[in-house]
Amino acid sequence: MYTFSSKLRLFAIISMVLGLVGLVYGFLSVPHTVEEASAVLASHDAHHESESSESHEETNFIDEARQEHGYSEAAMSKDKDMGHNAHEDEEHMEHVLHQMQSKPWSAAFVAAFFFMMIALGALVFYAIQTAAQAGWSPVLFRVMEGITHYLLPGSIIVLLIVVFAGEHFYPWQNHELVAEDQILQDKSGYLNFPFWLIRSVIYVAGWNLYRFFARKNSLAMDTAEDDRPYKNLFKFSIYFLAFFLVTESTMAWDWFMSMTPHWYSTLYAWYILAGIMVSAVTVIAIVTVSLKAIGQLEFVNDSHLHDLAKFMFGFSIFWTYLWFGQFMLIWYANIPEEVTYFILRIQEYNPIFFGMLILNFVFPIVILMNSDFKRVSWFVVIAGTIILVGHYIDIFLLVMPSTVGPYWSFGITEFAAILFFLGLFILMVGLGLSRVSLRPKNNPFLVESEHFHY
Amino acid sequence: MASANVLHALYNDDDILMKAVKELRAKKYRIIDVYTPFPVHGLDKAMGLAPTRLAITSFLYGLVGLSVATLMMNYIMIEDWPRNIGGKPSFSYLQNMPAFVPIMFELTVFFAAHLMVITFYLRSKIWPFRKAENPDVRTTDDHFLIEVDAANHDLDELSKFLYDTGASEISLIHNEEHA
Repeated sequence: MYTFSSKLRLFAIISMVLGLVGLVYGFLSVPHTVEEASAVLASHDAHHESESSESHEETNFIDEARQEHGYSEAAMSKDKDMGHNAHEDEEHMEHVLHQMQSKPWSAAFVAAFFFMMIALGALVFYAIQTAAQAGWSPVLFRVMEGITHYLLPGSIIVLLIVVFAGEHFYPWQNHELVAEDQILQDKSGYLNFPFWLIRSVIYVAGWNLYRFFARKNSLAMDTAEDDRPYKNLFKFSIYFLAFFLVTESTMAWDWFMSMTPHWYSTLYAWYILAGIMVSAVTVIAIVTVSLKAIGQLEFVNDSHLHDLAKFMFGFSIFWTYLWFGQFMLIWYANIPEEVTYFILRIQEYNPIFFGMLILNFVFPIVILMNSDFKRVSWFVVIAGTIILVGHYIDIFLLVMPSTVGPYWSFGITEFAAILFFLGLFILMVGLGLSRVSLRPKNNPFLVESEHFHY
Repeated sequence: MASANVLHALYNDDDILMKAVKELRAKKYRIIDVYTPFPVHGLDKAMGLAPTRLAITSFLYGLVGLSVATLMMNYIMIEDWPRNIGGKPSFSYLQNMPAFVPIMFELTVFFAAHLMVITFYLRSKIWPFRKAENPDVRTTDDHFLIEVDAANHDLDELSKFLYDTGASEISLIHNEEHA
C-alpha cells in the first residue's frame, strides 16, 4: 500500500499556489488597449530591430524553396488569422491586441491539456489492455488507474478553459467575422457555439463515465466471488474505445483545428492521438519506476518496464510518422491556404519547431533502440523526460501559433501554468495511487502477468 | 570434443522441454543442440547461448541503406538531372530533403531486413541445395528434441534422468564419424 508522502503533497500544493499566482499575474498583465499593445510592440521591436533587419537579409526557407523572394510574407498577409505586418494599420493593431490578450489563455490551455491528455491517454491504454485481454499488463493496472484519477479535475478545467476562452481561441465564434466570410458561413452547421458546447460536454462526460465504471469494477474484482466485474470491465472498455476513437477525432477538430477555421488536415486527429498515447505511456513508465524506487510494486519486473519502453519507442516513431505525413504533403503541395500553417511555425517558432523533432524523434530512437537499455530504469526515465518536454512543445505549437501568432514567448505565465497543473497532477495521481493496494486481485490474467518474462 | 555417443530425447510440449533443459543444465550435462518446430521463448537463455549479435548487424545495415538512399537521391535529383517539381527546384539536398525522406526510410528498412536475413542464413550455414541436418523429421512438425552429450556419462543413469524430465522417447546415437 502506497502512502502519499507529506513532502510530495507539500511540493504539489506549493507549486499549485505559485502557479496560480503566476497565472493571475499573466492574466492581469496583458495589454488592455490598443495604445498599450503598441507600446509593448514598440519595445519589442526596439529589441529586435537589429536582428530582424538581418533576418530579412538572410534567405528565408520558404522563399528559397519557392525561388520567389517575398512569397511567404505575401502568403501570410493574405491569411486573416495570422497577419503580422502593417503595424500602423488601426484594424491590425486591434488584431495584435487580441492576440496578446489570448496569450495567458493559451498558456493555461497548453498546460491544462498537456496534463489532461496524459490522464486520458493512460485511460485509453488501460482500456486497450483490458479489451485485448493482455497478459503482461494487469500488474500495472492500479498505476494506470491512479494516473487516470487526474482525468476528472483535469478535463473539467480544460472544458472550462475552451468554453470561456471563446473568441480568444476560436475565430468562428466571432459573428462579425463569420458575417463577411463565406467559408465560415458554410461551416457554421458544424462550427456553431451550441453544437460545439454540447459536443465538448459529451466528450468530457463520456470519458469520465468510463473512468468511473472501470475503476468501480476493477475495485469490485478484488472482493468478487464470480467474474462479473471482470466481464463488465471488458465490455465497458470495448464500448469506451469505440466512443473514444470518434470523440478524440472530433475533439481534435473542435478544440484545436477550429482555432484556424480555414485550415484543415485529415491527419490531424491521428497525429494528436499519437502524442496523447506516447505521453501517457511515458508517464506510466516513469510512475512505475518511481514507485519501484521507493520499494513499492515488488511484483513488477524489468520485463514489464521493457514492454512500456517498447511502447514509448514505438509511439514516438508513430508520432513522427504522422507529423511528417502531415508536414510533407502540405510542404510539397505548397497551396497558400494550407501552407500558412507551417510558414508561421517555421518562421516565428523555428528553433522549437525543429528542436521538437530532435526531442520527440532522434532522442527516443537513439536512447531506446538498444534492447538492454529499455530495462535500465534511469535510461527510461531520461528518455521519458525528454519525450514529455518534447510533447509539451508539441501542444504549445498546436495552440500558440494559432492563437497569439508571432507574439509568443515563454515567460512567467507559461511556466506558472505548467507549475499549477503539474502540482494538481501530482496531487491527484498521488491521492489516486494511495487509495487502495497497488496489487490488484482476482484479475484472470494476474498470475500470467506476475510471471511475465521476456 | 568429438563425442562418441549422443542421446536424443524427444518431448511433445514446449513447457516440458524448457523445464528439461533447465534441469539438464543444473545437473551439468552438456546440451549439444535443441531442435524445435517453432521458436520457444526464453530457450536461448535457458540453454545459456550467447546473446545474438544479429540486431547490431541489422542496425549497421540500416545505416548503409540510409547512406545509399542519400547518395543515390543526391546524385539522381540534385547533381545529375535537377528537376523542378511542384515549384521546388532541386538545387540543394537539404532543402528538398522532406521529399526524399520516404525513400530514405524505405531503403533503410529494405537494407536492414534483407541483409539481416541473408546474414542469418550464412551464419546458420543454410544455403540452396544444402542437406538438412535435422536429426528427426518430427521436430519440424510437433516434437521437440534435445541432443545431449552422453560421453563419459553412465548411459542408464542419464536415460533415467531424461525419462524423469518428461521425455517421450529416448534414443542412443552412435556417432561413427567421430568415433
